[in-house]
Parts: sequence; C-alpha cells; structure tokens
Amino acid sequence: MRRALSVVIGLVVMVALWEGYKAVGNPDGTVLFGTRVLPRADDLSMPHVWDMLSRFGRPELTGGRPVWQAVLSATLFTLGITALGFVAGAVVGLVLAIAMQRFRIVERGLLPYVILSQTVPLVALAPLIAGWSGNLSFGAYPWQDWMTVAVISAYLSFFPVAVGMLRGLQSPHVSGVELMRSYAAGWWRTLVKLRLPASLPYLFPALRLAGAAAVVGAVVGEISTGTRGGIGRLILEYSREATSDPAKVYTAMVGAALLGLVVAGLVSLLELPLMRHRRRVTVVTM
Amino acid sequence: MTAVSVQAVSQIFNQGHTDEVTALSDVDLTVAPGEFVSLIGPSGCGKSTLLRLIADLITPTSGTVEVNGKPAEKARLDQEYGIAFQQAGLFEWRTVQRNVELPLELRGQSRAERRSRTAEMLELVGLTDFARHYPAQLSGGMQQRVAIARALAVHPPLLLMDEPFGALDEMTRERLQTELLAICAKTGTSTIFVTHSISEAVFLSNRVVVMSPRPGRITATADIDLPSPRDEAVRQSPAFFDAVTTVRKALRAAA
Repeated sequence: MRRALSVVIGLVVMVALWEGYKAVGNPDGTVLFGTRVLPRADDLSMPHVWDMLSRFGRPELTGGRPVWQAVLSATLFTLGITALGFVAGAVVGLVLAIAMQRFRIVERGLLPYVILSQTVPLVALAPLIAGWSGNLSFGAYPWQDWMTVAVISAYLSFFPVAVGMLRGLQSPHVSGVELMRSYAAGWWRTLVKLRLPASLPYLFPALRLAGAAAVVGAVVGEISTGTRGGIGRLILEYSREATSDPAKVYTAMVGAALLGLVVAGLVSLLELPLMRHRRRVTVVTM
Repeated sequence: MTAVSVQAVSQIFNQGHTDEVTALSDVDLTVAPGEFVSLIGPSGCGKSTLLRLIADLITPTSGTVEVNGKPAEKARLDQEYGIAFQQAGLFEWRTVQRNVELPLELRGQSRAERRSRTAEMLELVGLTDFARHYPAQLSGGMQQRVAIARALAVHPPLLLMDEPFGALDEMTRERLQTELLAICAKTGTSTIFVTHSISEAVFLSNRVVVMSPRPGRITATADIDLPSPRDEAVRQSPAFFDAVTTVRKALRAAA
C-alpha cells in the first residue's frame, strides 16, 4: 500500500517537474555564452503530458490502429527478446563467475577480457553479429534478426552478473570455507551449500543492472540492426515524425520505460522468496 | 587409544620465500579421551595453527598428526571432530535449526534423523525456542551456542575450539564456560580449546598447555587439579587462583 503510494507520488512529482519547467522555461532554451544550458520548453521539444497521454488513444496513421496498441505490441515483442537475452546473459555470467571462482588461472586470464568486452562499442558489434545471419542456421531454422538482437542483449547483460557473482562467490569468510572443509565437503558441495547462498546478496543487484542492460541492448540492437516489430524500431519510426507529431515519439519512450520496469519487477519477484532472512532483523537479546 | 596424538610436528609457512615463517617447531601433544586441554600463549605462538593441523585444515611441513588413532586427513573425512571458531560463522540464510543440521545434511542423514538430532542439540545448549530464528536475530552469545551445537551435532569424539568466547563479554563468557563443561561431561567429548585468557583456560581444563612464539613451541604444561563439577565456588577457591598463578608464571617464563 505504502509502496503503491510512493510510486504515485513519484509519478506526480515527475509530471510536475516536466510541466513546471514548461511553464517557466524559455521556449527557445536558455543560452549562456553561446552554449544552450537549458533545453527548449516549446511544445515541439517538450509536449504537454496530457498531449502524450491523449496521443496513445489516437490512431498511429489516419485510419490505422491506435498508438497504444502499436506501442503495447512492440513492447511485448521486445520484452520477449529482452527476456531471452537476459536469461542467456545471466546464465553465461553465472557460469563464467563459477569458472573464475573455481580456477584462479581462469580468473586471471578471463577477467580482463570480460571487462574489455564491455568497451567494444555496441554499434560496431551489431553489424558483426547481424553478419552471422547469412552463415548460421539451427537445422532448418535460419538465423533471424531477432536472434541478433537477443545476442546483443545477452552480451550486455552477462557482464554485471559475471562480475557481481564472482564477488559474491568469493564473499564467504574463511571460517565458513574451513568449516565446510572440516565437514569433508568438496568443491561442489561447498559451492552449493555455502558459496551460492552467500552470493545472493551480490547476485540480485547484479541482476538488476543486467536487466537494465538487457533492455538497452535490445532497444539499441533493434535500432542498429533494423529489426522490425520492436519498441526500438518504433522509437526510430516515431522520431522521424517528431516535427509534425512531437507527442508520438514520447509514447514509444513510455513503452521502453515500461519495459525496463517490467524487467526490474521480475527480478524483484525472484528476490522475494530467496532473501527472506534479510527482512526479519529484530535481534533477540538474552 | 588417544584422542589426539601430535608427534614432532613443525609448520613452516612460505618455505623458501623471503617471508618464510616458522609457526610451529617440533611440537608433541597427546590428549586422552574425555580430556579437556587448553592451548594458551601470546599472539603468534602458533596455537591456532596447531588446532588447524589437528583439524587437517592445513598439512604439517613435517611430523604426524593422529586423531582417534587415524591420520588427520582420514579423521577429517570421517568427521571425527567438530570445530568452532571465534566468529560463530553461522550461515545467515539458514535458520538456527538448519545451521545445526548442516553437518548432518552433508553426512546424508535422513530428514527425521536430522530433526531429532538437532532438537537434542538445541536442548543441550538451551536454544530450543529459537530453532526457527535466523542468526542475525540472535545475540553474540546465542550465536556461539548455536555454533557449539553445530560442532557437536554429529556426536564427534573430539571438539576443537578456536577462541570461541573471545568476542563475548565477561558475563556471557563465564556462563558459556560452565555450559560447555556440562556439555562435554554429558557427551564425554575430548576438547582442545585455544584461548588468550588464563582464567578461562584454568577454569575449563584438565591440562593447560603453554606455548611461546618465534618459533611456536610448547614450553610448559600445567595439570589443573580442581574439583568437578566446576562451578562458581571453584572460581572463588584458593586452588583456582594458585593454578592461575602457576599458568601465569609459565607464560612469563616462556616470553
């Protein structure tokens, strides 16, 4: 209840800030020494919130389906790709982290490349992966555009999981590790009983980051590969009409934001049952 | 048969490197079944190292360690001992019950067996009502009691303790000492107990082993002849203070 209220308050504050700036800001923006320090506040750059909302109800093009339908279906399309990329990325990250924890030499050899992988610009990577489309197939199924997008999404999301999870797997105190050794537990049972549970507080923040990265990867991936049907494509299409129909592109952005919220929400749902012990903290003293 | 037999054990860390440290030099120690032995000495005298050697958490550079007549590694694999550290080291994601169950779980015992054994152990340390609490909800003394219950859960013939009460306040410490003695008497467990505190060593032990640093070695052993059960009256008795003085002198002489 209280959470729902804070969400509503947050939304109201955001709308108030947007409309407040529109009301007092210079329509041509504020320019200081030849640099624009504050954005334009005219209707073309910052349409009214109610214009954006009402734009959802009107058709995409004359006689077409309403915008909310287009945004919703695009968001769902991208959600599917994001989920796939996120899960694949999380699994890869997890496996890498476990391998790095197990073998010191793997950590030393691999970690620099894991970090390096994230400095490769996405726009350079996308065409490379898209280039597989002609050469790769799964049996009868040829490589699809959406697979490229999912790979990019996974590529961005494995990183926080690998780094966060490695940290988590290494987090148990030495006495815990010695305890497991005293129980004659080998590496595997130490992993299952000690390292994995101990890594959960590190895993969930990492998964949140990975979720956000997966969304960004999917949206940018769609744009740079020209994949049709998703929210990235919709943002691109709608932004072409920004001069004639400025509210329209914002509807697509709301869709992308919604996508991020859904992914973050899913991670939180996963976290709830696994982190029960963190919620009850009243200390009994006697 | 002896509970623990350490013969001519030396431990050198980083051998051959510039930071080579001789932690233990030619140490002999035997512990009889049911005996309570304390290791005492200043920091760096190797008492924790000796405990870890007996637990087979590290392997000695030379010499032999036997527990219950078996080589240390075999004894560890057979879970011939339970161990407790200064930090209770409970798994924060497990309830008290499930923490105590952990060693039983790793032994592959059935759920019913685990339940009854855990109930017995929690009864022993007086925490039956807290079985479903999480460690973070318990005070330091209670956490340490859970750690003792966990160490004893498999009914090991030997209990190894590394300054288990070191982080507790004096009152809790003295209460847990009395409880520990009662538990050891009840279960017939042999115990090796590492401590900094002279009075703690004297109160608990049948024998106090005094160690000195650089290199770590045993310089004296003092048999403590106090009546049992050891209670508050013992703590106040002249014999207790005499024993404390004896150990203190031995420590001074060693330093």
